[in-house]
Amino acid sequence: MTLSAGEGTGSKLAAPARGVRQRMSFAWLGVVPFLLFALLFLVLPTMKIVVGSFQTNDGGFTLANIANLFQPSILAAYWISIRISVASALLGCLFGFLVAWAVVLGGLPGWLRSPVLTFSGVASNFAGVPLAFAFLATFGRLGLVTLILRDWFGINIYGLGFNLLSFGGLTLTYLFFQIPLTVLIITPALDGMRREWREAASMLGATGFQYWRLVALPILWPSLLGTFALLFANSFGAVATAYALTGSSLSIVPILLFAQIRGDVLQDPHLGYALAFGMIVVTGIANFVYIWLRTRSERWVK
Amino acid sequence: MKANRIWSWIFLALGILYFALPLIGTLEFSLKLRRGAYSLDAYWVVLGDPRFQQTFLYSVMMALATIVVGVLLVVPTAYWVRLKLPGWRPFMEFITLLPLVIPPIVIVFGYIRLYNTSSWLPLTGSAMGTNILLMFGYVVLALPYMYRAVDTGLRAIDVATLTEAAQSLGAGWVTILSRVILPNVAVAVLSGAFLTFAIVIGEFVMAALLSRPAFGPYMQLLGANRAYEPAALAVIAFAITWGCMALIQVVSRFAPKTPEQPH
Repeated sequence: MTLSAGEGTGSKLAAPARGVRQRMSFAWLGVVPFLLFALLFLVLPTMKIVVGSFQTNDGGFTLANIANLFQPSILAAYWISIRISVASALLGCLFGFLVAWAVVLGGLPGWLRSPVLTFSGVASNFAGVPLAFAFLATFGRLGLVTLILRDWFGINIYGLGFNLLSFGGLTLTYLFFQIPLTVLIITPALDGMRREWREAASMLGATGFQYWRLVALPILWPSLLGTFALLFANSFGAVATAYALTGSSLSIVPILLFAQIRGDVLQDPHLGYALAFGMIVVTGIANFVYIWLRTRSERWVK
Repeated sequence: MKANRIWSWIFLALGILYFALPLIGTLEFSLKLRRGAYSLDAYWVVLGDPRFQQTFLYSVMMALATIVVGVLLVVPTAYWVRLKLPGWRPFMEFITLLPLVIPPIVIVFGYIRLYNTSSWLPLTGSAMGTNILLMFGYVVLALPYMYRAVDTGLRAIDVATLTEAAQSLGAGWVTILSRVILPNVAVAVLSGAFLTFAIVIGEFVMAALLSRPAFGPYMQLLGANRAYEPAALAVIAFAITWGCMALIQVVSRFAPKTPEQPH
């Protein structure tokens, strides 16, 4: 790996003690500070959690912590977390795709593209605590939309069972950064769709629907699935928005873990490790799927 | 094609509606502190709050420290990997993407357990130590964006030729990095820096769990106790995010042309 680089520069650098004996290269020394940083502040802390979730209080090996995850309250937390993440990722993909399609292929004036992409860049970074405030001010009990619907149209959304501090409300809120993220990822993929493909399909007699079902969607499929996986992981690990929105009233995994770290609400430190380990496993799988699908989709998008 | 265009306008209109409503709603709500009339009172309350000033200043200092340490760590490393260790690139890509895989709450949980007062490196034992720990946590959070921005910037220039040219003129490594490489990737570094600033300024989880007086936990606390002031904070936070993104757009006009487009 480092062989050619080491040989090629060894003589020019003329550094003493470098690369004379066999093909020993000391070039890796240059990345030691970075590796040390990554080890101390990324790898070791994570390893501590992973190892801790397989340990008893006195340090012996056990699977009991993992088994303890399968109690109703924790399973319920994982279940609602996964449901919110799936829902917000699915809807985010769908609406983001429609917006990206409208801007790239839908025949809208070209000057719209740049503002839409810039706004997507801003909105996808507008997460966390302020996002919760924005939605409270809009869809909360005294929010703008709630009041307009009540006073102008006589619709009381809270009377109809809507609640911002719930599964539906959190999903609605997460869409604010999920949709723009989809737009940012899918737009390059749509740009890669060649005009010739559409022309070739229609020359062979395909209708618009057949073109999408048999040509466009199969090509875009990996990008869409990959985006879905990324959005899933994105909302699964999000804490700040949910915490600022619901306090601790909605028991999703990140909030449960937050309370556990603050005050050991599960009364078992090693169960806390296992809870965190479960999060790494879920987001790890989602990201693995994303990276795998992205490398597949890049074969088409040139 | 005509039907297509109508649908496009409908989708775009729905999108604009969904994204505009919360922004308008927040703005409107933030102006309603005084009963019966629109006023900027909520903003004056927030801006005049000494805790706002302290926490905001703390987060700004934190963001600047994160950017400086992040640049010092990422630029030489990305440069060195491009120049000498091309075989390491997949490995470096993997490491720098890890912070997107491992949720921040898990990383900070690890910090608390690994660097507590009874450990070999008791960083959480003192305020300064915790600040340093939090700053490194932010460098980790910013790593995927920073590394990718710098690496893309380095791709646009001929690193090997520039290095050899500088060496033949007698430059040492520090000179090469600070006076040849850094100016050439300045645009990429600035883009990464503004994004880092936007991320750090409102960050909540790490600061809250390490009990540091940062802007994110302050916003959350205010949100739990007040009605109109949080909306004013949200408007301010959105303006900051918008400002950072606008600056990225502005500086990227000055970027050298990239041979291949990044993804």
